[in-house]
Amino acid sequence: MGIISSGFRGRRQAGSPALPPGQYETASFPVLTAGPAPDIPTEDWEFFITTEEGRSHTWSWDAFMALPQVDIGTDIHCVTSWSKLGTSWRGVSLDTLFEDVQTTSRFTTAHSYGGYTTNLPLRDLLDGKAWIAWEYDGKALERAHGGPARLLVPHLYFWKSAKWINGVELTQEDIPGFWESNGYHLHGDPWREERYS
Amino acid sequence: MSTLWHVADVVSGHPETETSRTIGLRVNGLTGNLPGQHIDVRLTADDGYTAVRSYSLASAGMDEMLQITVDELANGEVSPYLVRDLAVGDKLEIRGPVGGWFVWRPTNMNPVQLIAGGSGIVPLMSMIRAHEASENPSPFRLLYSLKSPEDGFYRQELVSLSEESPKLTVDYVYTRKAPPGWPAAPGRLTAETLLANILPVDPAPDVFICGQTLFVETVAEWLVGAGYPAASIRTERFGGTGGTR
Repeated sequence: MGIISSGFRGRRQAGSPALPPGQYETASFPVLTAGPAPDIPTEDWEFFITTEEGRSHTWSWDAFMALPQVDIGTDIHCVTSWSKLGTSWRGVSLDTLFEDVQTTSRFTTAHSYGGYTTNLPLRDLLDGKAWIAWEYDGKALERAHGGPARLLVPHLYFWKSAKWINGVELTQEDIPGFWESNGYHLHGDPWREERYS
Repeated sequence: MSTLWHVADVVSGHPETETSRTIGLRVNGLTGNLPGQHIDVRLTADDGYTAVRSYSLASAGMDEMLQITVDELANGEVSPYLVRDLAVGDKLEIRGPVGGWFVWRPTNMNPVQLIAGGSGIVPLMSMIRAHEASENPSPFRLLYSLKSPEDGFYRQELVSLSEESPKLTVDYVYTRKAPPGWPAAPGRLTAETLLANILPVDPAPDVFICGQTLFVETVAEWLVGAGYPAASIRTERFGGTGGTR
């Protein structure tokens, strides 16, 4: 136990087993972005997966929307300590997108419109753990929250769920992305409090 | 290691406005912070319940001293304690300083435009202080959007600096109440007012914007629309979690 702050009682909302250590629950949906939000019309949108051999798999918006769509109910956890429980999304599983991708890489870099990057081990994107989401709470994903589509990797801190997702690059090594180069953890598991490097 | 919790001594505290307080902290062995970084503060109740929040640093020294200014949020969990209950002589747990993106480095020679909404001034003040303390001659300009003059943080210091420093220009926009004799009526910030009170695109300023989410979004959009390169604009938002509980 840390230093006791005499007279501090807190709000006592704890008790939810869904909250990782050091997190508090919020009902709002904060927006955290390093710079201005890019404006990407869906007719210009594209999603790519590139392999270590230089092979590219790409989807236009229409091709992406023609893939099997799933509903996702999940909790999300931001490194700045808020968690939002019971959020609902709709999108395409990364398992679907990786179906025809041959690779021996263990790591990936997610690339966003606007230049943002974040690194993820490939195993954190597969087996039902990650999606490209385009709908939030029954409505098209707002631009401020990454619309038209964002990566959704809810078992990691939310900076890994790259907004305005453009594609995933397979890499042989774990290469720090934007926030990972700016003091944040390479992996980002909220249950282990992997916040800072 | 920035992941470790440190014990900070509360060495000073004074009201900044009616709802906010500037708190000075000393952390043994600390060697300062980069301008614009933040710390996490952890409070622990006597039964072990804890709450953690992030606060921007207003300080920019190279020593053991840190300074934060905390604005009390209505229905806040941590800020009312820090503003009203925490006493000089108490100890706090902190983690950091952290952050390597929303920072200004004194080796950066670009002109800098700072844009603050309300208590978003805090990390920008850290940059202003570091800039003043450095040999860096590049121009700094601050646009400070405020509800009223009484809501201004670091008022005397900003007045003194804007009168005495050849490197800093300070402009104010008042949204609810302007000082007597102010040439413009108070009102919401517009794109025209914004663009008339900042460094032009031409000297290619680095832009730092900090404030409430909507303020930051709006200002950043106006700047991009006016031709400021998105890559030169850095933003930090806060308060997005407030107001719902």
